Amino acid sequence: MTKVKSLADLRKMKEGLESKLNLREKSNNPESLVQIRVAMATCGIASGAKTVMEYMIDELEKRNIEAVVTQTGCMGYCYAEPTIEVTLPNQDAVVFGYVNEKKANEIIEKYIKNNELVDGIIPVNYETIKK
Amino acid sequence: MKELSLHIMDIIQNSIVAEASCIEIELIENKAENIYSISIKDNGKGMSAEMLANVTDPYCTSRTTRKVGLGIPLFKQNAERAGGSLAITSELGKGTLLKAVFQHDNLDRPMMGDIAGVIVLTAAANENIRFVYSHKTDKDEYVFDTEEIKEAMDGMSINQPQVIRYLKEMIKENLTEIHYSN
Repeated sequence: MTKVKSLADLRKMKEGLESKLNLREKSNNPESLVQIRVAMATCGIASGAKTVMEYMIDELEKRNIEAVVTQTGCMGYCYAEPTIEVTLPNQDAVVFGYVNEKKANEIIEKYIKNNELVDGIIPVNYETIKK
Repeated sequence: MKELSLHIMDIIQNSIVAEASCIEIELIENKAENIYSISIKDNGKGMSAEMLANVTDPYCTSRTTRKVGLGIPLFKQNAERAGGSLAITSELGKGTLLKAVFQHDNLDRPMMGDIAGVIVLTAAANENIRFVYSHKTDKDEYVFDTEEIKEAMDGMSINQPQVIRYLKEMIKENLTEIHYSN
């Protein structure tokens, strides 16, 4: 029987990660990273936001793109879930709607890598309910 | 929601919005008493008695971006359909406890799904919050506490693909060890 993974192994793994992460921290400022926020409210979760988030984390790593993937609440675009907000370094955030794995792939390949806009952008000035 | 873990993910978001600094997720499986219970407890800002009374109403929400709040009503519906129930207690300034109980063997009880993924993804995206996930079965208990992870990581962020993957596998393996039911 194989040994169950434990925190001791995590410590070992951490040492390996440290050198890599130092590089990232030296080039510092989070602005230099691609930032992605996945809308994770009832509407988003029900339509597959978790799958999209996992896909983003895995694929960005595979394709060697330095990015931070995190969560946000409902942005009010429930009809277009799952939605993600992508902020490229030194650019305004862009929100994409109806994101599935295929769309996520397109966003990575076209928008994140080449800064080409793709279909499915939700205009930022669109508001459903006045705050 | 197709899976209970997604409901848990959803309810945790409520705790995050309520500015909790510690969120405890407790799963108890008791086959002898035919119970599969899910509790989510936070130390957030809590709810007033009035809000609490209306919280299972789908047209009750604290947010301003939309007019409906379906998270709790959907969870409640799922619990009741599976011969169970959902109850919430809350106190302003102290926090909130949500408890959903299912019949363990009920065919209408949704699957738990990827609970390891839910816990790790949420913890990685909210590193300033402590998450304690405990899972009890008839055989044993497993506890995952982000405080311990933080200590092991010694200041390094857990929001990194390798760490997320590792923690997910760690939880999954431990759940298998305690013979959890999906």
